[in-house]
Amino acid sequence: MGELSDAWSAQQRINIFGTVPDVIEMQSEGGAAGAVHGSLQAGALTTTFTASQGLLLMIPNMYKIAGELLPTVFHIAARTLATHALSIFGDHSDVMSIRQAGWAMLASNSVQEVQDLAMISHAATLRSRVPFIHFFDGFRTSHEVNKIEQLSRDEIRAMIEDDLVQACRDRAMDPDKPVLRGSAQNPDVFFQAREACNPYHNAVPQIVRETMQQFRELTGRSYDLFEYVGADDAERVIVMMGSGAGAVEEAVSRLSSAGEKVGLVKVRLYRPFETAAFVAALPESTRKVAVLDRTKEPGAVGEPLYQDVVAALAETGRLSSCPTVLGGRYGLSSKEFTPAMASRIFEELDSSDPKRHFTIGIVDDVTHLSLKWDPRFSTEEEDVTRAVFYGLGSDGTVGASKNSVKIIGENTPMYAQGYFVYDSKKAGSVTVSHVRFSPRPIQSTYLIDRANFVACHQFNFLERIDVLTTAQPGATFLLNSPYGPDEVWDKIPKEVQQQIIDKQLRLFVVDAISVAQEAGMGMRINTIMQTCFFALSGVLPRDQAIEQIKEAIRKTYGKRGQTILDRNFAAVDAALTGLFEVQVPSDITSTIKRISYSHSEGADFVQRVTSMLLDGRGDLLPVSALPVDGTFPTDTAKIEKRSIAQEIPIWDGDICIQCGLCTLVCPHAAIRSKAYPKSSVNGVPDGFESRDWKGKELPDHLLTIQVAPEDCTGCGICVDVCPAKSKEVVKHKAINMEPKLEHLDRERDNFEYFLSLPEVDRTQIRTETVKGSQLLQPLFEYSGACAGCGETPYLKLMSQLYGDRALIANATGCSSIYGGNLPTTPWSANSDGRGPTWNNSLFEDNAEFGLGLRLALDQKRDHAEFLLKSIAGTVGDDAVRAILEAPQTTETEILEQRKRVSGLKEQLAASDEEYAGKLAALADVFVNRSVWIVGGDGWAYDIGFGGLDHVLTTGRNVNILVLDTGVYSNTGGQASKATPRAAVAKFAAAGKPSRKKDLGMLAVSYGNVYVAQVAMGSNPAQTVKAFREAESYPGPSLLMAYSHCIAHGIDMTTAMTHQKTVVQTGFWPLFRYDPREANAGEQPFHLDSRKPSKPFRELAMKEARFAMLTRMDGERADLLLEQAQRDIDDQWRYYEQMAGVERAIVNDFEEAQS
Amino acid sequence: MSVDLTTCYLGMPLCNPLAIAACRPLTGDLDMLRRLEDAGASMAVLPSLFEEQIEHEELEINRLLEFQTESFAEAMSHFPELDNYNTGPQEYLRHLEDAKKAVSIPIIGSLNGQSNGGWVRYAKMIEEAGADALELNVYIVPTDPGITSADVEQRYLDLVSAVRQSVEIPLSVKFGPHITSLPHFAQHLVAAGADGLVLFNRYVEADIDLETLQFKPDLVLSNRHEARVPIRWIAILRDQLQASLAATSGIHRMQGVLKLLLAGADVTMLASALLMKGPEFLSILLEEVTTWLEENEYQSVEQMKGSMSRSNSSNPGALERANYMRALIRYSAEYPGEPVA
Repeated sequence: MGELSDAWSAQQRINIFGTVPDVIEMQSEGGAAGAVHGSLQAGALTTTFTASQGLLLMIPNMYKIAGELLPTVFHIAARTLATHALSIFGDHSDVMSIRQAGWAMLASNSVQEVQDLAMISHAATLRSRVPFIHFFDGFRTSHEVNKIEQLSRDEIRAMIEDDLVQACRDRAMDPDKPVLRGSAQNPDVFFQAREACNPYHNAVPQIVRETMQQFRELTGRSYDLFEYVGADDAERVIVMMGSGAGAVEEAVSRLSSAGEKVGLVKVRLYRPFETAAFVAALPESTRKVAVLDRTKEPGAVGEPLYQDVVAALAETGRLSSCPTVLGGRYGLSSKEFTPAMASRIFEELDSSDPKRHFTIGIVDDVTHLSLKWDPRFSTEEEDVTRAVFYGLGSDGTVGASKNSVKIIGENTPMYAQGYFVYDSKKAGSVTVSHVRFSPRPIQSTYLIDRANFVACHQFNFLERIDVLTTAQPGATFLLNSPYGPDEVWDKIPKEVQQQIIDKQLRLFVVDAISVAQEAGMGMRINTIMQTCFFALSGVLPRDQAIEQIKEAIRKTYGKRGQTILDRNFAAVDAALTGLFEVQVPSDITSTIKRISYSHSEGADFVQRVTSMLLDGRGDLLPVSALPVDGTFPTDTAKIEKRSIAQEIPIWDGDICIQCGLCTLVCPHAAIRSKAYPKSSVNGVPDGFESRDWKGKELPDHLLTIQVAPEDCTGCGICVDVCPAKSKEVVKHKAINMEPKLEHLDRERDNFEYFLSLPEVDRTQIRTETVKGSQLLQPLFEYSGACAGCGETPYLKLMSQLYGDRALIANATGCSSIYGGNLPTTPWSANSDGRGPTWNNSLFEDNAEFGLGLRLALDQKRDHAEFLLKSIAGTVGDDAVRAILEAPQTTETEILEQRKRVSGLKEQLAASDEEYAGKLAALADVFVNRSVWIVGGDGWAYDIGFGGLDHVLTTGRNVNILVLDTGVYSNTGGQASKATPRAAVAKFAAAGKPSRKKDLGMLAVSYGNVYVAQVAMGSNPAQTVKAFREAESYPGPSLLMAYSHCIAHGIDMTTAMTHQKTVVQTGFWPLFRYDPREANAGEQPFHLDSRKPSKPFRELAMKEARFAMLTRMDGERADLLLEQAQRDIDDQWRYYEQMAGVERAIVNDFEEAQS
Repeated sequence: MSVDLTTCYLGMPLCNPLAIAACRPLTGDLDMLRRLEDAGASMAVLPSLFEEQIEHEELEINRLLEFQTESFAEAMSHFPELDNYNTGPQEYLRHLEDAKKAVSIPIIGSLNGQSNGGWVRYAKMIEEAGADALELNVYIVPTDPGITSADVEQRYLDLVSAVRQSVEIPLSVKFGPHITSLPHFAQHLVAAGADGLVLFNRYVEADIDLETLQFKPDLVLSNRHEARVPIRWIAILRDQLQASLAATSGIHRMQGVLKLLLAGADVTMLASALLMKGPEFLSILLEEVTTWLEENEYQSVEQMKGSMSRSNSSNPGALERANYMRALIRYSAEYPGEPVA
């Protein structure tokens, strides 16, 4: 919502008052609320949008805004609050946390209502002076595409009264008529003053009612504070708000038409809760009520709406006639809520011994609150087209599905609905599009489980996903298949064959990839599959469908040029020539089995739980299967084997110079190097390659560079950075991308053998070098990050160097998603079971959270030291001294300390000293822990900057790693204060006009912070050096790591090499500032990159984020690029002065190439 | 008496035979274009619109904007949707319109297409944007041994014919000298609808970067000796074609201009010399040409044009194989001790 507003503002689109609203991005939602508050006080109509944690950050100001009776509307896509885990999905836990602040709250249940009640909210807040929260369900409503009637500009204009707008201005702070607001009050008057606003709140329900009436007169669409649907003589009624009402209404309609006395009260105006209006909405005949809350309030009598309903019934005396009130929780974190569940709730109301408090949608085998429902109950109508499309994010399925909805919605009298389920992975993400077409308005606010059309856009999904589970008998199944109608049957897994036969599906195949490639569309098969869908489903006449698809393509891609249109059109025109019906045999012939992660029941957690998630059956897990406090095992990404690459890197040992760059830059730890004693080799599989290790430090060792073929994403970065080229065939390097299918079987065996080889002795190698560091086992592997991610190689390097003793505090963002989004985690463990322990607290507090980890460690160590000294007599003074004073910088020293601690624990086990047991439990803390505070620039530069700044001043030993992409990558490329000048980003659509913050120099100014700026692709040796220095520095360290990102608009395959240009232009100078050197009287600031040798424009023209501005507005681009060049020049001069003498350390890339 | 410098090219009267060839730093810049007109340029060919480049940019922009979109719940896209990406030929056409407004000399659009549809589409756009004529910048680098020279030539002819049918403005074709039977081919180009030929295209030949072991495109400026190729072919073609002939490649000095006019060029097109010496060099050149003509008692450029064409020259054999043999003989005569091959 905010992004659209910003885009409209950038396009100079005027509002109903004839002006262009000013849209400003703040550093956090807390900042946004403050700015809104100020703007309202100065008399401008102001609004904002947020959800979830963002809403929590606004709470303090929201109390102020309500207390000062400032009219505004905050539009909230209601989403889950992080508790035991983060969830980006939808429920009401965020809005319910603000219900007490004095805001009116209006709930929309559908896409149409979101528009309408937004309008009503804005009109009503001006009339009442009470601020409004207008909320609707995150994802289910906010991300649904549906056919609606749009408000006209005139209707909007008519709803807003100029007098009321002027009244806001008249009340504004103005030095011409000065007032005092925000006073501090004493016990004498605060209470009375707090009550003074009562008339305004009391007036809200009537004002909303009148506003709704005015809206109805203008548009014909009718709303009320509480709306009842169902049987006039209903005895059993559900009360709720939000999108789930759609599912309940369908159930009510079905049941009441069958004679059941059931109904539904939809709560629109939740605050103020007008008891009289609520009770009036309930049919007189109501005897039993179930109140559904999409939130959880542990410890409360019931959830919020339940309590309101009970109180309303009690206050109005209706409890006597309606004595049964049940409270149910449903739909947390977008858990499905269906008519079948609604039907079950009505059954429960009918029960002689109903559960007063229940949950629905899950199986609670712990506290037994859940109701078991019958999924066979369905309200789907036969005349509704229900289609489910399984696609890859990269094949454009969702975009085409959205266009299909628009085509039907805009060009036919039919109604259309689209809802989209996304993956938690960024690379190779699977999308599922649920699309309905109906002659009636569609309020089915749940996923399709009875599809009459299923399309699988990727053939290999058949082995991994149960795509036909949603198909109803007799449905049409469209499969994108490289195999023709005569050969496809045997290539389909047997489970799928069984479903096709059992459900009597009609099977069609199209070789969409070939059609797409013929049309120059690469892997983009969306419009081809869309054309086939329309041809088979018959929702539109074929010719009309093709014309409309082309029109939709014109609208979607028209701005991007004729070539794009021509190719899409060619794909559409060719689509049907490759479409064939398959004569389905009556027998199962396949020898292929669908991959299942669940091999045995009742085994460990991964088998019982993780494997279910991986099989897509997480919804079936009961409460008892899940941890009570959000604790999950690490080391699980390795079981996924997603096998998403088309090509994988294959090593040619004859050419390899053993530089380690390929493994260093691999974002997914899918290319590994290992040096192992020749004596350890046994049972080598055919084709397993090794060469003598060239380093002197490991005599009689072999080296193997091995791909993890099913974990590689095929990004090709490793091949791009490989400096070793064949003398005979220049394009042949020491590793080369080759078709996966040709190598998969062999490399799978090779990788398994590779893993069985012993890990290198960490004390025997030079971990300070790039090649040495790359012999260390990565404890961060196979994440769900984008193919070619620029962040993950730094995390992997950190895990190699320090992972076996690392505690990680991870700010919310890309790194928390690919690091900690279920079903698995890339954070792994070594053969001793040691590895990084990881946690994500919030977005804004990460530095403080990480500091807390350090404080606890320091406290535990202090206590352990006290205990150790207390029993020095038993342990021995020398041993005590050794444990407390031993250096722990090198791997050897760490190993020695581990031995000392191990010896100590053995001693303690045999001791009956008072403190022995306590010390034994704490003793491991004597081995240095490495605390890492990790996050992106959105956290470090913006929302978390205050905390980060504070942590830097504490002097505590924490390592802060900022993965700087220069945008909020995880949420789609919004500008942060790390966004460079001239870059186009969301909230900087016209190119960011201001300079990137120099976070490094701010930290340097404290004098006691180790600060380094690194770019692995430019100078990997400096990166390794900076990591080592930062970790060894016994105070706060700040590492700023240049992280290329898809939001830069670059070719990700060459992104690491591109970092050389980034540094050569001076855009990202490399430096290290080490306070230890200052303390020793030496120059602490080292400028590690050379003087800029290329103009910034040369870099800018290689990145779409800059280059697109030159296309859009050449003059502005020239101006901003010139200013950006001046920024670079200024900064470089400053750094040169800081450094005193310019120096550069040896660059491994150049060394490797020389 | 002053010499009449006017000439006619593609049916357009020009005030002198010194024109500017398609060259981005020269004719792609409005200020430079004005300076060139002030220095006496009689006509300018704008830099080429490359269909391949437009297509590549559109595909790249689309690829980058589409990458990872609609894949992840929290990020449906990674860039703001802009009003206009200005892909396609708009920038080129705008420059053409601006150039027409900025100067009064004829402005010729130049086009390098890739597909038949592209050639025709962009040719029409260039015509509609106000170009006085259109130069087709054609080159095909065959790498497949299955493609014959006849195939290649037919592709040239087909696209000239297609463009000819779609635009009204005069049409010239610029191509390279590596054609087996150039007179035959030239004749067919004219028959296909070319009003003039531009001899010759200088190709960007890729160099090898010894550091990266990669090919890198690298345009080297011409030198004055390169003018000999167009001199030969213009002299040979002049008498056989009813079409305009423009000379380009290696025109660095007054002598080059004169020689090409003698051979039969209607106009000479410069680029490298002006890049090296600045646009004002053109006025010096024009003055030198004028002075030479005056000193040698020519009345007009028209009088001189083609006066040394193959049929008009006293020793046409020099244009053929004899040229090579005679040079060798002279060479060996200077070194009598060396055997003659």
